[in-house]
Amino acid sequence: MSTISARRGSSLEQISARRRAKDWAVRILVYIAFLLAVIPLVSVLWMVISRGLKDLNGSFLSHSMNAVTANDPGGGVYHAIIGTLEQCLLASLMAVPLGLMTAVYLVEYARGGKLSRVISFFVDVMTGVPSIVAGLFVLTFWLLGLHFDFSGFAGSMALAVLMVPTVVRTTEEMLKLVPNELREAAAALGVPRWRTIMFVVIPTALTGIISGVMLGIARIMGETAPLLLTIFITNAINNDPFHGAQGSLPTFIWDQSTTSGKYAVDRAWAGALVLIIIIMLLNLVARAVAWLRKPATR
Amino acid sequence: MTSDSPAVAATAEHRAAGFRMSTGRFGDRLFAGVARGSGITILAIMAAIAAFLLWKAIPAIVHDHANFLTYGAKSDQTWAPDAQPAKFGIAQLAFGTVVSSFLALIIATPVAIGIALFITYYSPRRLASGLGYIVDLLAAVPSIIYGLWGVNFLSQKMEGVSKGVGTVLGWTGVFGGGNYGGRSLFTASIVLAIMILPIISAISREVFRQVPTAHIEAAQALGATRWETIRIAVLPFGRSGVIAASMLGLGRAMGETIAVALILSAVPGINWHILQNGGGTFAANIALSFQEAGVNGRNALIASGLVLFIITMLVNMGARWVVARRKEFT
Repeated sequence: MSTISARRGSSLEQISARRRAKDWAVRILVYIAFLLAVIPLVSVLWMVISRGLKDLNGSFLSHSMNAVTANDPGGGVYHAIIGTLEQCLLASLMAVPLGLMTAVYLVEYARGGKLSRVISFFVDVMTGVPSIVAGLFVLTFWLLGLHFDFSGFAGSMALAVLMVPTVVRTTEEMLKLVPNELREAAAALGVPRWRTIMFVVIPTALTGIISGVMLGIARIMGETAPLLLTIFITNAINNDPFHGAQGSLPTFIWDQSTTSGKYAVDRAWAGALVLIIIIMLLNLVARAVAWLRKPATR
Repeated sequence: MTSDSPAVAATAEHRAAGFRMSTGRFGDRLFAGVARGSGITILAIMAAIAAFLLWKAIPAIVHDHANFLTYGAKSDQTWAPDAQPAKFGIAQLAFGTVVSSFLALIIATPVAIGIALFITYYSPRRLASGLGYIVDLLAAVPSIIYGLWGVNFLSQKMEGVSKGVGTVLGWTGVFGGGNYGGRSLFTASIVLAIMILPIISAISREVFRQVPTAHIEAAQALGATRWETIRIAVLPFGRSGVIAASMLGLGRAMGETIAVALILSAVPGINWHILQNGGGTFAANIALSFQEAGVNGRNALIASGLVLFIITMLVNMGARWVVARRKEFT
């Protein structure tokens, strides 16, 4: 700065070497930070794909682990895929209506009152509930309290607890984007409030809500901890989510990676590949849905 | 975090002017009741989580023949709730949870801030959202897969790294002790850091994006370089948001179960040498001990889960409080 008067002739002050060096140092650090995030992502995906492909074939997808021990080759994830799909479907059936209606209450009815502020706060707190605690909750309430047995449904209840806050938050954001003129127009035509919400507001925000729900499903699909406590582990196919232990992809990977055996760890990697493919597909479709029709932008 | 759009502001005005909640018809009252009921159900679920955990935790603690809070600190004090007499305590678990998640936070926060700055102020505009998506993909990978990767790949690489860190920083004590291994609290912290990176960077990104353009332009008009602009305009504005983001990340790290359970090798007792194998966390202990647990064993695990629940709730509420306070000032 002291050189300003000396260089009065030139139009602009040159940046001192020291400041330029600092600027460049930070620029390089910031680039490194981004690389640091990409390295584990590439490493994880590479490991899952390269080691998972070894066992992944038609028979792996169409067979269960029934009577296959850790030292036998073969076996598969059929029972686990069935379990995961059923549990996620059941969890969505519980979490989506509850989350959707809560969001409707917060945006359309609550008027920023005290109850809505409390609910909004606890939805935030619920986002932070550790997944294992959700599992423990269903364990105490459903299995120890009401004396039901391990089942896929018990697992889906724990997953629903984890999914509800995601659904509430995304739906809330989408409902807020719906232009108020639509509500006013409906009100001016004498349409009852509930019909306005059901047939005007929600359809307008629908694509955003669907994409949010799919991201929520992708999030719970990889949850392992709550399922360990609620569906237990089985190697046999169980199509009935309401009775008896059921398989799932995350618990399959857990089981195979914690048992020591020649073939077990390869099966764990193949199961991981199947799981990650399903989750990535859900993510991509969700983004595509959101991108294809952004809600309520006219 | 989110700013209210004009449409929302307009709605609020309407509501203030007495826009009726219902026309009083049956369908309307029913629908409003269901919506309100859903919100109340969420409150009931949260209350039920606390109540049911407490219901099973109390008998376990009553039957505990050791001090629930301090037992487990020494290496001969194992988690034995099904033994006669039952002895278990959370000292080691609390230590492992706090150390691993804080270490993860220390590793992840600077990197996450760097990523957020990279995406908002350094990367080419057209690539920004795509690069953000890549970081978000880290969050889409399930924890079981991080665990599988951690135990089969990273922990082997970490054996060498730990030896290196140990020889250089061994004098600190925490990184000393010799006999370094890959299945340590340190490895677990690195995996946790990777897992909480996307949440911290995503929220920081949102906050940095909200910095008023006027502030940035003012800094630039003073002749600030890009780094100086960030230091005087962006970072002070985003500070509380970044603090809240890292607290949310801390809560996530504390509750993380499966990745940690796979990586750590179970050795009882508090071990300050975090590069050595061993250690345990609340969540990992529940996942690992559940299948062999008897009646009192399950209750003991539920009691430790209750402690975890309370700690993560406090951390999360703290984060929300920081966010709420920020809203008042801006």
